[in-house]
Amino acid sequence: MSTTPSAAVLNLWYPISAGEDAKPGQRRSTVLLDQGLNYERGADGGLTVWRATDGATALPVIERYGFIWTSLGTPPAELFPIPEYAESDRFNICAGSIGVNVSAPRAIENFLDMGHFPYVHTGILGEEPHTEVKEYDVEISGERDEVLATRCRFFQPQAALSASEGIEVEYVYRVPHPYVAVLYKSCPAQPSRMDVIAIFCQPMGEEMVRAHLMLSMLDDVNTLTSMRRFQQTIFGQDRPILENQYPKKLPLDPRAETPIRADKSAIAYRRWLSQKGINYGVIPEAA
Amino acid sequence: MVAETAPRAGHNAAWYPIATSDDLPFRHVYHGQLLGQEMAVWRADDGHVNAWENRCLHRGVRLSIGINEGAELKCQYHGWRYANRTAGCTYIPAHPADAPARRISNRTYRVMEADGLVWSTLSPDTPFALPPVDGEKLALRPIPVNASPEMVLTALVHARRSGSDVEALPPLGAGLELADLPGHPARFFVQPVDAARAVIRGIVARPAGDPLPLLRQFDDVLEALREVIEADAARVELPEPIVPVYQPVSVELSSMPPITIGAQNTLRVVVRRKFPAGADIVGLELGALEGHLPTFQPGAHIDLHLPNGLVRQYSLTNGPGEQLSYVIGVKREPTPGSGSQAVHEVVREGDVVAISEPRNNFPLRRDARKTLFIAGGIGITPLLAMAKALEAQGLAYGFELFARSDAHIPFPDDVGRLGARVNRHLGLDPGATSAAIGRIVANPGFAEQIYVCGPGPFLELVREEAAAAGWPESAVHFEYFKNLKPRDSSKSFKVELARSALSLDVPAGKSILAVLRDNGVNGPASCEQGACGTCLTRVLDGEIDHQDVYLNEAEKREGKVMMTCVSRARSTRLVLDI
Repeated sequence: MSTTPSAAVLNLWYPISAGEDAKPGQRRSTVLLDQGLNYERGADGGLTVWRATDGATALPVIERYGFIWTSLGTPPAELFPIPEYAESDRFNICAGSIGVNVSAPRAIENFLDMGHFPYVHTGILGEEPHTEVKEYDVEISGERDEVLATRCRFFQPQAALSASEGIEVEYVYRVPHPYVAVLYKSCPAQPSRMDVIAIFCQPMGEEMVRAHLMLSMLDDVNTLTSMRRFQQTIFGQDRPILENQYPKKLPLDPRAETPIRADKSAIAYRRWLSQKGINYGVIPEAA
Repeated sequence: MVAETAPRAGHNAAWYPIATSDDLPFRHVYHGQLLGQEMAVWRADDGHVNAWENRCLHRGVRLSIGINEGAELKCQYHGWRYANRTAGCTYIPAHPADAPARRISNRTYRVMEADGLVWSTLSPDTPFALPPVDGEKLALRPIPVNASPEMVLTALVHARRSGSDVEALPPLGAGLELADLPGHPARFFVQPVDAARAVIRGIVARPAGDPLPLLRQFDDVLEALREVIEADAARVELPEPIVPVYQPVSVELSSMPPITIGAQNTLRVVVRRKFPAGADIVGLELGALEGHLPTFQPGAHIDLHLPNGLVRQYSLTNGPGEQLSYVIGVKREPTPGSGSQAVHEVVREGDVVAISEPRNNFPLRRDARKTLFIAGGIGITPLLAMAKALEAQGLAYGFELFARSDAHIPFPDDVGRLGARVNRHLGLDPGATSAAIGRIVANPGFAEQIYVCGPGPFLELVREEAAAAGWPESAVHFEYFKNLKPRDSSKSFKVELARSALSLDVPAGKSILAVLRDNGVNGPASCEQGACGTCLTRVLDGEIDHQDVYLNEAEKREGKVMMTCVSRARSTRLVLDI
């Protein structure tokens, strides 16, 4: 019953593992777009990825942002940019890879959504009665071919360990790849710069995803463990909601669900997926 | 071999049990399924059982993981609230200042409760007809079976006492006596959960004394039968699951921003009760002729069409989820021939009157740390509905009530139920009223909101005192029933009537409505001051100069409709859909 991925899907780069999890000489396997894959890091540090059914052909591979990326088609020469990752004073962390029984686009849409903070991340990212999603701007950037949401603001009960009162936090969201979202969040310690949190989705099947989380933080107060634990708590709260979404695939027909103004970014995302010819993990609009 | 598969034609139209009454304890939401369609089944505090399509219309999250708040079901994902009975959305927390389009409504299924079982159907109109049997009934523990519903029914019939009769209870039921439980005739109903999943449900006569031993006997026998059926089912190819059908949302809700004003639909209601509700005030309970009334939100009002031809607006006082009737309050005004005189003197219990669907120009934000209600006399009505909503949600509020005397307190029973939260200010002269309001609004706080309703001067007083105390204008909410804003009719322009192919000049000093009348185009109108919404007209082209107090800001910005009684054109011409 599974969809044959379109060229637009096959030609993308996909994350399959944190780079640090692939130790030299250790063969590992995973699943991508319903296909079994094996991968191994050689003694020289170089990576090889191949289909479980075809040991003779090496698949494309690159290592970026702490993760190993491969493709089942002909991928672009380079992955989307996250320039902040290269800044020397940041802490770049692979914060975990979590399996969720939902389509990758549903997981991305949830990552873009602020309205659920008071209900799903109560007391952490939001808190009743502060439920308003204020007007924000969304554009599909033609130059970079990505969805960009700016001027997003939301009341957060405890934005940082140093903050005792709730404050309004500012966010910028980018969707530079159909199954990737990058969040920029104002950092109380350095008002002119932003923390970066990215979700890299590995669609194992149409309704099963492994979400890889990457942090690029300015904060040097928290330990690695506490930052990982924080992100995993947040994702653990989202998971039961995501797994109870029906249908699990993201419907691209505008009449499937009821958008409100707060969903501007999701509407732009759905439209962008349609335009790009993404057919995997979605229910395409009827012709 | 392929088993007899998908339910035959006609099955979709039938009633089936989907739960036992015991599955719906206080404030629980039960996950049901019928013919592949998932249902969220919940009992409201008023006893009504709701069976809804199991997804929030917003993002498809199952409502069976939602929260039953007694009169409303709240979605876990974004806190959208849906009303008991209508399944209409009453609140969207992401946009606390907006009233949700009242047409955001979940698909509902019909429900009956009989003999300890909860029944539903995918059909919109098949009547419920369970042949009645005498005596008190006991619902058996449900037995889920992984097999096609038809296989399960066939197995049940085979398991009857040899040579005994079968009472056919179509489409998937049978009254019979099991061979292994002689002397206990039962009615079995197979719930077709999906093409290859079923639940055996049954009803027996309640035995004298403790029913548990009998229930255990049935459990044992039916469990054994289940094993036999599932062993048989394992040897055949089972049908594919039924693909559930989800209705698309309406076009108007699928686009953004979804601000739409429908036609001014009127509906007929019956005056169930006319009762004194304080000195010079009558309460009217307006009930649905059948079923329930459209979803309303706290702050909403209806237009009431009176026997003397007048149309007047009255706020609903109902609490959340009270969808069987609307309760309004009408104060007697001294003017002869007024709307209130007609209500007091002419309208009687049992009369059928016309009302509009509820409309909300006074939406209640629920994102305040504290909400302060300030009511002057009969102005209490919308604030009562708001306070009841916050009370049900456990949100903080204060209630300041001004009235001439204790006897003049409107809806004293409702006010009494709000308890010590209500501060009564009785018989104050204007100076004392002003001082009291000054004290009430003295300390504006972060994320606090004021809602005020009362006579014009009272409203102005609260607004002035609040402004003087430093409240931001956006935190002080009120509603106009009269258009007190200065109006400007100095500009002349042209109107084109698209459907009538007429082009008319509107001179300075004359309304569009008057010009239309002069030319024989008679549409509905009522207050003629831009407050009631009766003359709402769709605009196809041109820029509108809105001068009414009926449309909200978003509707005015959208510029698709106007009030022809007061609003005019900014452009040199307007094209109306008349």
